[in-house]
Amino acid sequence: MSTTNGLPISISGITKRYGNLHALDNIDLEIKQGEFLTLLGPSGSGKTTLLMALAGFTRPDHGSIKFGDEEIILKAPHQRGVGMMFQNYALFPHMNVSQNISYPLRLRKVNKTEIAERVNQALETVQLTGFGDRGINQLSGGQRQRVALARAIVFSPRILLMDEPLSALDKNLREKMQIELRHLHEELGMTTVYVTHDQREALTMSDRIVVINNGKLMQCATPRDLYDYPANKFVAEFIGESAFLKVDHQGDGVYFDGQKLVVETLPKKQKDLLLMVRPERLMVMVDGQNTKDMNIFNVTVSEIVYQGETKMIYVILADGVSMSMRLSTRSGQPQNQIDKGDKIKLVLHKSDTTVVVDGGY
Amino acid sequence: MSISTYGHVNEQELKNHATKERRILLGLTYPAVFCVITVMVIPVAWLFYLSFIGSDGNFSLEHYQRMLDSKSYARIFLMTFKVSLLTTVICICIGYPLAYFLSQLPARVANICMLSVLLPFWTSLLVRTYSWLVLLQRKGIINQAGMDMGFWDEPLKLVHNLSGTLIGMVHIMLPFLILPLYASMKSIPQDYMKASSNLGATPTQSFWQVFFPLSLPGLMAGSLIVFILSLGFFVTPAILGGGKVIMVAMQITNNIELFYDWGAASALGVVLLVMTFGILFIASKLVRLDNVLGGGH
Repeated sequence: MSTTNGLPISISGITKRYGNLHALDNIDLEIKQGEFLTLLGPSGSGKTTLLMALAGFTRPDHGSIKFGDEEIILKAPHQRGVGMMFQNYALFPHMNVSQNISYPLRLRKVNKTEIAERVNQALETVQLTGFGDRGINQLSGGQRQRVALARAIVFSPRILLMDEPLSALDKNLREKMQIELRHLHEELGMTTVYVTHDQREALTMSDRIVVINNGKLMQCATPRDLYDYPANKFVAEFIGESAFLKVDHQGDGVYFDGQKLVVETLPKKQKDLLLMVRPERLMVMVDGQNTKDMNIFNVTVSEIVYQGETKMIYVILADGVSMSMRLSTRSGQPQNQIDKGDKIKLVLHKSDTTVVVDGGY
Repeated sequence: MSISTYGHVNEQELKNHATKERRILLGLTYPAVFCVITVMVIPVAWLFYLSFIGSDGNFSLEHYQRMLDSKSYARIFLMTFKVSLLTTVICICIGYPLAYFLSQLPARVANICMLSVLLPFWTSLLVRTYSWLVLLQRKGIINQAGMDMGFWDEPLKLVHNLSGTLIGMVHIMLPFLILPLYASMKSIPQDYMKASSNLGATPTQSFWQVFFPLSLPGLMAGSLIVFILSLGFFVTPAILGGGKVIMVAMQITNNIELFYDWGAASALGVVLLVMTFGILFIASKLVRLDNVLGGGH
C-alpha cells in the first residue's frame, strides 16, 4: 500500500436541525493534514451526524466543508472519494472478500492486473493474506473488521472516516485493533476522522479529540490537554473519573472551604467554578512531606474497594462532600495501612489542581 | 453425598424431562398433520388412482394418451403457461418498483401503503373479478371515459380476451409478489447502499450491483408463488377470458361438469401437478429453495 498524503478538512458553520433539535449547532473545525482526529461524545450528541455530513450521507442546513481547497458540501457521496468504515462493516454478503475489496477499484475502472495486485497488497496490510476467496459469512468479527478496513483503504483515499468500527469486537481484540489502526494510520498518512463514544479508545488513538455534546463542539484538544485541562464540567466528567468541589473566586484566587488553592492557571470566568479532582492524582500525605506547591485536604475514609490493579479509597471531606482516590495495590507502601473510618490528609499537586467552569450540558 | 453422585442420580430424570418436552412440542403439529392427510393426501392419491382407470374400469393409460393425441390439450397447456408467465412478468414490472418504493419509506408511511396493497386480499376474488368486468366491458367505465375525453373513438376490446384475463390476474396476484419482495428488500441494511456509494458507485450502479442482487431471493420467491398460483387459476380467466382463454383448471371443470369424466380430469390434474413440481425443481437449482419458501434471506 503506497503512502498517501492526507487532505486537510475545513469545517465551518455546519448546522443540521431535525425539527427543533440541533443535531449540529454551528460547528467550526480545522482538521490538519494527516491527523488522526476523534469525534467523541455520548449517544445522540451529533458526532455521527458530523461524520455522515463529511461522507455526504447527511445534508447540513448550512455551512461549508472543504477537503483541501475544494468545497464538497454539494457533492454526492460517490464523488467525494473518502474511505469509510461502517459500524457494522457493511460488507456486501453477495461478494467474497476479494470482490468486496476490489469493488471500489472496479468502479474506478482500474485494469485487472492492477486490481489483483492492489487487493493482495490490501489483504497483506490487514494481515488477511489468502482469505480472498472466503465468503463474508465465513469470517469472524475481527476478520470482517479487517476486510472492511482493506476495502476502505484499497483505493488510497486521502481521507478515511470511521464510525465506531471497533464497537462490535470484544475487549481484547478491540485493544489490539486500536494499536493496529494507529500504526496503519502512521504508515498510510491519510487524514482520519474517527467516531467513538469510548473515551479510553479516543485517548489511546487520537492526535486530537473533539468532544461534542448536544450538537455543540465542547473542546478540541490533544488527549493529554483534554484530560488535564477540560474546558468545562461536561468534558471533565465525560473523560475519566473525577470529583467536583465547589470553589469561590475571591479577588486574589480561588478558595475551597476557606483555604486558598495553589494553582497554575485559572479559567477567565469567575463564577460557577469547580475544582476537578482526578482519583489517581491524589496522594496520601506522609509525615515530613514537603507540602510546597501542594493543596492539602482533611478527609475521613468511608469505603475501600479493591479492584485488582488498583483500589479506590472513598473519602468524605469536612463539609460532607465526597471524592475518591485511586491507589496502587503494590505491597509495602505506608498507604496500605489505611482503614475505613481513618482520618487522613490528602495532597494534590499544584499542576494537578485544575479549576473548571460548571457547564457544557 | 458427593456432587457427582447427585449428578448421576438426576441424569435419567433430566433426560425424561427433555423427552417429555419434545413430545409436547411435537403434539402441536398433530391437528395440522391430520388435516393435511384427510383433505390433501388422501384425495390427491385417489385422483391419481382414478387417472389410471379407463372407461371400462380397468387399468389404462387412455386419459394420458388422449392428452398426447389431441391438439386442443397441448393448446390448453400452452395457454396456461403463457398466461402464467405473462402474469408473472407484468407483476414483476409493476411490483418491483412498488416494493422498492415501499421499502424506502419511513416505517409508518410504509405500513399505511402496505395496507392498500393488502386491501384487495380482504375482498372476495369473485367480487374483484366482476368489478373488472364492469370497468373493462364495451360500455364500461373505462371505455366510456376514454371516448368521452376523446382518447379513442371505438370501444377498446379490453375484456373477454387475453388482455382482460391478464389485467384481472395481475391485480389479484400482485400482493403475492410484493409481500415476499418487500420483506426481502426490508432486510437489506441501508448501510450497504451507503457503503457502495461511498466506494464510488453512482446511485444506478449501487442499485444494480448491490441492491438488486440482494433482493433476488425475494423476487424469485414472489415470482414463483405468482407463477404457480397462476397455473391453477380458474375464476378470473373463466369470467374475463370470454371463452377465448382456456386454462387447465377450466378444462378440468369441463371434464367433470360436462362429460362427468373423473378419469380425464384427474389425469389433467396430475400432469399439471407434475409440471409444477418440475418448475419448482428447476427453480430450486437456480436459487436455494429455503430462501424462496422462507421469503427472504
